[in-house]
Amino acid sequence: MNRRSTTRLVTLAAATGLAVASLTGCAGGGGDEGGDGEVTLTWWHNGTTGPLPEVWEEVATEFEEAHPGVTVEQTGYQNEDLQRTLIPNALAAGDPPDLFQVWPGGELRDQVENGYLMPLDDVIPDTIDSVGATVNPWQVEGATYGIPFTFGIEGFWYNTDLFEQAGIDAPPTTLDELIDDVGALREAGITPIAVGAGDKWPAAHWWYQFALHSCSPETLQAAETEFDFSDDCWVEAGEQLEDFLGIDPFQEGFLGTPAQQGAGSSAGLVANGQAAMELMGHWNAGVIGGLTPDQQVPEFLGWFPFPGIEGAAGDPTAALGGGDGFACSAEAPPECAELLEFIMSEDVQAKFAASGAGIPTVPAATSSLEDPNLTLVAEGLAASSFVQLWLDTAFGTTVGNAMNDGIVNLFGGSGTPDEIVTKMQDAAATL
Amino acid sequence: MTATLQPAGPATTAGPAPTPGRRRPRSSAARQRIEIVLLVGPALILFLGFVILPVILAAVYSLYNLPPAFRWEQLAEPDRFIGLANYQRAFDSPEFVRAIGNNFIILFASLLIQGPLAIGIALLLNRPLRGRTALRLLIFVPYVLAEVIAGLAWKLLLQPSGGVNAMLESLGLGFLQQNWLADPSIALWTLFWILTWKYLGFAIILMLAGLQGVPEELAEAAAIDGASWWQIQRHITIPLLGPTIRIWAFLSMIGALQLFDMVWVTVAPTVRGMATETMATYMVQQGQFAGQPGYGSAIAVILFFISLAVALIYQRLALRRDLAGAVTRGVR
Repeated sequence: MNRRSTTRLVTLAAATGLAVASLTGCAGGGGDEGGDGEVTLTWWHNGTTGPLPEVWEEVATEFEEAHPGVTVEQTGYQNEDLQRTLIPNALAAGDPPDLFQVWPGGELRDQVENGYLMPLDDVIPDTIDSVGATVNPWQVEGATYGIPFTFGIEGFWYNTDLFEQAGIDAPPTTLDELIDDVGALREAGITPIAVGAGDKWPAAHWWYQFALHSCSPETLQAAETEFDFSDDCWVEAGEQLEDFLGIDPFQEGFLGTPAQQGAGSSAGLVANGQAAMELMGHWNAGVIGGLTPDQQVPEFLGWFPFPGIEGAAGDPTAALGGGDGFACSAEAPPECAELLEFIMSEDVQAKFAASGAGIPTVPAATSSLEDPNLTLVAEGLAASSFVQLWLDTAFGTTVGNAMNDGIVNLFGGSGTPDEIVTKMQDAAATL
Repeated sequence: MTATLQPAGPATTAGPAPTPGRRRPRSSAARQRIEIVLLVGPALILFLGFVILPVILAAVYSLYNLPPAFRWEQLAEPDRFIGLANYQRAFDSPEFVRAIGNNFIILFASLLIQGPLAIGIALLLNRPLRGRTALRLLIFVPYVLAEVIAGLAWKLLLQPSGGVNAMLESLGLGFLQQNWLADPSIALWTLFWILTWKYLGFAIILMLAGLQGVPEELAEAAAIDGASWWQIQRHITIPLLGPTIRIWAFLSMIGALQLFDMVWVTVAPTVRGMATETMATYMVQQGQFAGQPGYGSAIAVILFFISLAVALIYQRLALRRDLAGAVTRGVR
């Protein structure tokens, strides 16, 4: 090979290299709008299992049919990946999807502060009104940035057959009854409660429940807005949890058990009759259904709310809950709000309810609920005087994470009730 | 800065050596320069953009208190700049100090357990042996598996009702059953077992390659002089294997300090936080999952400096003879 051709080869290689580099450089910025009024809406949600993916797919297709020129690209991602990694990264990179799931509380506040979300009050006011007070957690200083399509409360998902086997006639209504039932189940050789403590948050929800029943609504409010955890009730919650852990209510090796993945998860243990109950959010019927051999929600599944605690300072009819909502990114085309309006329409909400994927937020759609357990949850929600948002969501990622770390340490026997509060205060101080 | 800074050999000038005798007129030098720019340029740009720049950015972010998904402008906001407070916080945090400790436990355990084991097996496999190739292959298989796949497979085997406990039961060793990955008091050692299973094959192959470089004549000569097999290994083979052992130890140490994926996939977050957190998992947990990019960046910088310090010290103390002239200054 002579030198001239070598040089040519080198030049070619270098040019190819540069071309590849510039290609990767612009690959991130897929355009929203083509010519001729063509619009592509990207939509990220957490529907990956159960009936939900199908519902959203149908919604996207129907919306496309009703709006010629609009293409909806909907993608479902695993909830925690979506919340903790994908959306924050997409927002920070300046290339967010148009319509995406938003979590109320601390995260929503951060996103609004950064100007990432579209204010919806002037765009789709009727839709906002249709869900009533449920929208409050998705508001920041009176302005609405997201609309929940589902909202529910936490309770016990239990195996009615196993309860019967242990000689328990009715679900417990007080904490003492729950403790007695745990003993009865143990005596019958049944694992009383499954907890996915390996994932941290399912364990933490136990502490949230004790905090909810120990702290007054005002104290909870102060904690959420001012990060004031000075009230004794926060330490008491830990002490109650510590006592409860003392009766050994959970499955063996619970520190390593995941919540939702596989037959060995806490939901899997309930689904396959290896544990009698699990404290979990309103979505759990779908998760349990997905973990049975025949992929159906088992016949034996029942639901009861977290029992009240005698003599505790908190509101006995208070419930812990949360929901899933969607928001449009600040730069999204106007069609985004129309899609959101369509998702929140009574028809879609009724279809969502009928699919058994969750509890709708538009009251008129509640009558479409077919799953008896979801109906129970919806009734529980209606009967609660006060619904506290999941505490880790309400306090935001940083404090929530520290709080959950402290709680699982208590579960693992290496922490104390005081340390949970100290961790929360330390984390709040770094904000 | 001593006087020994002269080129070690003739072939160290950059670029292809021009064909002797037939020098072209002056355009040749310019062309050579262009060639160098074109060849090195793209790689250099990528390296600067995707390696050096992120390192510098991490160092900058580590001085700030930043919310998750922050914008550039927020760096300029008042109260965001907090100096070295993130570093202070890291070293005050018992979790992070424990994570550093876990990294060093893995590091020393790797050197003290995997090293001798690998040398021993390599010496055995270096003898004429029936089915030697098959054995070598089997030993190397775990290293070929993707880390995540190996981790998930072990995670399934080590469940409370998983394969390992079932095997112990059927062997009549039921009393040895453990919650291998769920019991914080043994999780780190379970993890170390998985790492050993995964990386021992690599160490053995490395040692075997090193053994090929030990001249057989030396062993023969020693045997003629009446040395036993054991004496030959002890006084001839292992000393001559020194450079290989030292390089393996270096790779093993760096791997132990940066350990992330095996921990992340096999150990549940709760147990990880209590017993098997490493610097890298702590960094991701705090920087990404707890939404504190500034603090996470500070952890990244600390991890960088700890790795750098260990690497430099080890190079000065152990590797300087092996690498003379290659990486460090030519010290003899």
